[in-house]
Amino acid sequence: MSVAPPLLAVEGLTKSYGGIHAVRGVSFSLRAGEILALIGPNGAGKSTCFDMLNGQNKPDSGHVRLLGEEITGRKPREVWRLGVGRTFQITATFATMSVRENVQVALISHGKQLFNLFGSAPKFDRGEAGRLLELVGMGGYADRPCGELAYGDLKRLELAVALANQPKLLLMDEPTAGMAPRERVDLMRLTAQIAREKSIGVLFTEHDMDVVFEHADRIIVLNRGALIAEGSPAEVRGNPQVQAVYLGEGLVYDARHREGASA
Amino acid sequence: MAFYVAQFLTGLASAASLFLVASGLSIIFGVTRIVNFAHGAFYMIGAYIAFTLTERLSGAFGFWGGIVLAALAVAMIGIIVEMVLLRRIYHAPELFQLLATFGLTLMVEDLVVLIWGPDDLVGRRAPGFKGAIDFFGQNIPSYDLFLIVLGPVVLGILWLLFQRTRWGVLVRAATQDRDMVAALGVNQKWLFTSVFAVGVFLAALGGALQIPRDAVHHAMDLRIIVEVFVVVVIGGLGSIVGAFVAAVLVSELNAFGILIFPKISIILVFLVMAVVLIVRPWGLFGRPEAAARKTPGLTVNPWRPLTPNERLAALAALVIAATLPLFAGNYALTVGSEIAIFVIFAVSLHFLMSVGGLASFGHAAYFGLGAYGIAFLAKMAGLPMIVCLLLGPLLGCLGAAVFGFFAVQLSGVYFAMLTLAFAQIVWSIAFQWVDVTGGDNGILGLWPSSWAASPPHFYWLALGVAALVTIALRAMVFSPFGYALRATRDSTLRSEAIGIDAKRIRWTAFVIAGTTAGIGGALFAYLKGSVFPDNLGISLSVDALVMVLLGGVETVSGAVIGAIVYKALNIWLISQTDLSKLVLGGFIMLIVVVFPKGIVGMLEMLAQRRKKASPPASPLLAKPIESAE
Repeated sequence: MSVAPPLLAVEGLTKSYGGIHAVRGVSFSLRAGEILALIGPNGAGKSTCFDMLNGQNKPDSGHVRLLGEEITGRKPREVWRLGVGRTFQITATFATMSVRENVQVALISHGKQLFNLFGSAPKFDRGEAGRLLELVGMGGYADRPCGELAYGDLKRLELAVALANQPKLLLMDEPTAGMAPRERVDLMRLTAQIAREKSIGVLFTEHDMDVVFEHADRIIVLNRGALIAEGSPAEVRGNPQVQAVYLGEGLVYDARHREGASA
Repeated sequence: MAFYVAQFLTGLASAASLFLVASGLSIIFGVTRIVNFAHGAFYMIGAYIAFTLTERLSGAFGFWGGIVLAALAVAMIGIIVEMVLLRRIYHAPELFQLLATFGLTLMVEDLVVLIWGPDDLVGRRAPGFKGAIDFFGQNIPSYDLFLIVLGPVVLGILWLLFQRTRWGVLVRAATQDRDMVAALGVNQKWLFTSVFAVGVFLAALGGALQIPRDAVHHAMDLRIIVEVFVVVVIGGLGSIVGAFVAAVLVSELNAFGILIFPKISIILVFLVMAVVLIVRPWGLFGRPEAAARKTPGLTVNPWRPLTPNERLAALAALVIAATLPLFAGNYALTVGSEIAIFVIFAVSLHFLMSVGGLASFGHAAYFGLGAYGIAFLAKMAGLPMIVCLLLGPLLGCLGAAVFGFFAVQLSGVYFAMLTLAFAQIVWSIAFQWVDVTGGDNGILGLWPSSWAASPPHFYWLALGVAALVTIALRAMVFSPFGYALRATRDSTLRSEAIGIDAKRIRWTAFVIAGTTAGIGGALFAYLKGSVFPDNLGISLSVDALVMVLLGGVETVSGAVIGAIVYKALNIWLISQTDLSKLVLGGFIMLIVVVFPKGIVGMLEMLAQRRKKASPPASPLLAKPIESAE
């Protein structure tokens, strides 16, 4: 047992909706700089699990600790203040504001200037907003209205917004859903690079196994609300139970790679 | 005891008509998402046409036939209105439809007087229900008993219609998710039209059935529409059963409130509505509103601070306005002052509506509170004008702080309705607490100090304050707070996820808007020299909404233009014609159809188009928006 508490420690997380046990006693932990994938079939409880980590949803029981501090049941905005950034499965951005303004709002919040009535927001941390946008490759889009962006760009913008408060932990719910294959790889490569450079822990859910196996340091597998496997990509891929409930017997991933190699 | 039973039955009888009208409004809202302000107008036309028909047609058949015919005729009018007017504006910004139906209401009010005259009309008694039944010494009109039975019967018919017919299934489906229904190949146009027709039919039937009980008059639309809003909100928007239960509840509250709490009888209903909204924001039988799906590609013109040139232009306009006393007479200056005051009022609501996305239907409450603040300070404490002007708006601020705290717990239509309820509560207090407020007689004799007494001086004062307020609020739009407020409007989910406490931000905006409105009200009290309950009444709240929508709710300060155009036109029309409402209503409807983005919104769009017409650089590299600083 290490002495320092892990970045994120989840213990016995449980949630039911009526008679349905969406999440049953899920426990796992995450180190700083580590990229952890949460996978599982539809309805496995991934999103419920996710929402309970940053306070979007309250667990029936169990604990979520950030660097040893209890954050279970805290409001999302409080969790964010502790350094947890989040992106959503269906992007949530400020549609009538420009790309830069989207980031500036996060910076304003981070700088605790939300109730500043007479400052100039267009000038607020303009440089930092620009840097964040450059970081995610959106520098050229800073003045675009956010409502005009393509979906993949919205996902990148969300990443920039999530990075605005220099988070310790990033929660990304299906970060590449709805993106073209090429964009998926780019976004996850970018995320991984940022995470390693800044030593940010990343937890993400994903259905695209290419993305998962390529970028995750570790994978946890959820089925019917319970954790059924945990380990390195190779271990999880070889786990018969995981194959049975999720990956399938045919091993799509390997098959596709073989096909790709022969082509 | 018998007396209370009789009172209870009277309440039940009133509930029938209220239920008919409310269920119609509820159905229309559920499917089309239109808050049909003209519903009261349809109710009124129903009553008038039924009056004429039942007078002309004789016998029992003539009477009942006349009632049904009247409702059918009004439903036809409703179909025409839907096809000609509403169909064009379903995709306009939310609440724009409200503006259109408000314009329609204005027109109907004048048309009704034009056709049937201004006097109250007392209709025929219903054949077969002319007498009264003796109930332990209490007379209960047999027509009341008929209505008591009719309510549940209509409820049953509607229930069958919605549960057992194909049309009803479609309506219920559309109430839940109209995009999905459209995607399934249902002809939405006709579904909307038929729903509107049924809703209007119910409203008109409710009006027609009232003739044996009440005189028909040309103000019955506003009275009923407020009550119907209350019923629909308590029952839950889109719920027919809810409308029935709430109609009974409201009618009984009215029937017994006057006996038990004669002093606060009017407040009672609104108090109940406020409590229901706070405890169960979607009403007793309603469901939480699903987040409206935003039309993709729908983007607002990006907001930016004024460029130096535009600033100069605005300054020039202000300077020109300031020269008015050099060539205009006292009357024009008084009108100018009033317009300036309404600019203050309009921009305060505009801030809340367009930046915060919070459409208050009761913004006049804070305007009026500011005015009453002046009245209390000047008349009771005898303070000088300058002190009053500084302190008076604080009453608006206080009201906004208290009511705003509850209002910002809700959003969308429910927010609008709760603010309406609060405004009515304040109005009722001003109206009924005669000892303090003077009730209907108001508080008179509030004259400005000598330094501001002459029309030119007062005009400059009003203009100066209006300019300051507009500049301050505009600066706030581009302040960190303004960005945060816009953020909460665009996505609550995202703003919460980046540490923004949306409710606190909205509450702050509400207080700012309320205080600003209070400043307008304070000046208004001095301009008029008096304060009346009307200063916080519903029609003033509606005026504010109209001014904002007219200017363009998606603009930064369109309300300035909206207020000037609306108020100037209003004052001018009243001086020129007896049919000012008819003309104004027509004008509003025209604006809605031709310029759905409001006057300023349209101008911006034209400017944008011209910019785009000029040779563009490579579209990817060029900055599409110049973010001026």
